[in-house]
Amino acid sequence: MRIIPAADVIEAVATMCMESNVELPADVWAKFRECAAREESPSAKEIFRQLLENADLAKETRLPLCQDTGLAVFFVELGEDCRVEGGLREAVNEGVRKGYKDGYLRKSVCDPFTRKNTGDNTPAIIHIDLVPGDRLKIFFMAKGGGSENMSRVTFLSPAQGWPGIKEFVVRRVAEAGPNPCPPTVIGVGIGGNAELSAIIAKKALMRDLDDVHPDPDIAAKEKELLDAINELGIGPMGLGGKTTSLGVKIAVAPCHLASLPLAVNVQCHSARHREVIL
Amino acid sequence: MSTYKLTTPLTDEDVCKLAIGDVVLLTGTIYTARDAAHKRLVESLDKGEALPFDLKGALVYYVGPSPAPPGRPIGAAGPTTSYRMDSYAPRLHSLGLKATIGKGKRSDEVKAALTAYKAVYFGATGGAGALLSQCIKAARVIAYEDLGPEAIRELTVVDFPLLVINDTKGGELYVKPKID
Repeated sequence: MRIIPAADVIEAVATMCMESNVELPADVWAKFRECAAREESPSAKEIFRQLLENADLAKETRLPLCQDTGLAVFFVELGEDCRVEGGLREAVNEGVRKGYKDGYLRKSVCDPFTRKNTGDNTPAIIHIDLVPGDRLKIFFMAKGGGSENMSRVTFLSPAQGWPGIKEFVVRRVAEAGPNPCPPTVIGVGIGGNAELSAIIAKKALMRDLDDVHPDPDIAAKEKELLDAINELGIGPMGLGGKTTSLGVKIAVAPCHLASLPLAVNVQCHSARHREVIL
Repeated sequence: MSTYKLTTPLTDEDVCKLAIGDVVLLTGTIYTARDAAHKRLVESLDKGEALPFDLKGALVYYVGPSPAPPGRPIGAAGPTTSYRMDSYAPRLHSLGLKATIGKGKRSDEVKAALTAYKAVYFGATGGAGALLSQCIKAARVIAYEDLGPEAIRELTVVDFPLLVINDTKGGELYVKPKID
């Protein structure tokens, strides 16, 4: 049994929290440039210009890209032959406390009724999967509230199939309009049950924008959805244009024969995520 | 589409000349307030208490900034989504609030209030928190300090870039999605 020191986890988590909030991932940066070049409307071009300038400035000044530095969301793959000294959850939460404090990041976690802020951005939302081996893989996402509010979980009738799924996803993006800070990234969870569809939709957002789904049929569906969403014409910040979303990522899980669970997780353009292997 | 330089407080004349798509570079004092602060502001009004700032000609910026690092007046400070403040905005406009700054769609009630009370809704670029913070020269908490990021702050801004999304004549800049 390999023992991973808690300090290693704390340090890795704190670093991911701080770095992801000031440095836009390279794939998002590249996609901004690619999409900006395709835009024709002055407002769409101007929004991309501001977003690129914002990314340059955040990197240089170490100010966060966005004031909403998010709920700290983790997908953890824990090898069955290792454990974290003192407990994995506590180490991850301690890393969040440290990262959000040292990085001057906004603490956005509060009680749902009293709305009282916990003051240190914990508890983090941590999904743990046990996997073979003795390594610990931690995916981190700083997930903003404005885009998360536009996410939905629903149940279609199995008879509705792919046309029903496509209709729901595109309509959700249309209804969200300018609210979630387009250009967005859309995570789609198909199958599982109520909670699993939501979890895989969120986890799908950890994939790079240029990552092509290994199943060619699902890869084609991702493209079909992205094309349909961009046809809506919402554009950057809802001011019109060709780029309403930067990418669509689908995740699929088997489901009950009575059900067709469907989750849409909306990610703003500040698609902040990192991963580390210990 | 025109570009205007305006200074606070705003007058009826300032806002009535604005049309959707106009750019405004704003200089002066604005107040931050978001969800929890709005709840308290309206509770104060219900009790007949004075508000922490004068609403007449004022602008409210829907923002919860990140903490100021050493040597800076404020952290990242881009707009939050505005619809969550829709239930409070008409009442504040009726008492003299001239503009709000945020991102995303407003309710029909807010749009009606903009026409009725001569006020506008400005958009700022969502997620451009580092960029927008460069226009904020000073910041101090003036009320509800216990709300942390949601406390009311008085900000001093210079050439803060705003886009007119909803004007006093019922216009709206956001595109309608092409869907049946």
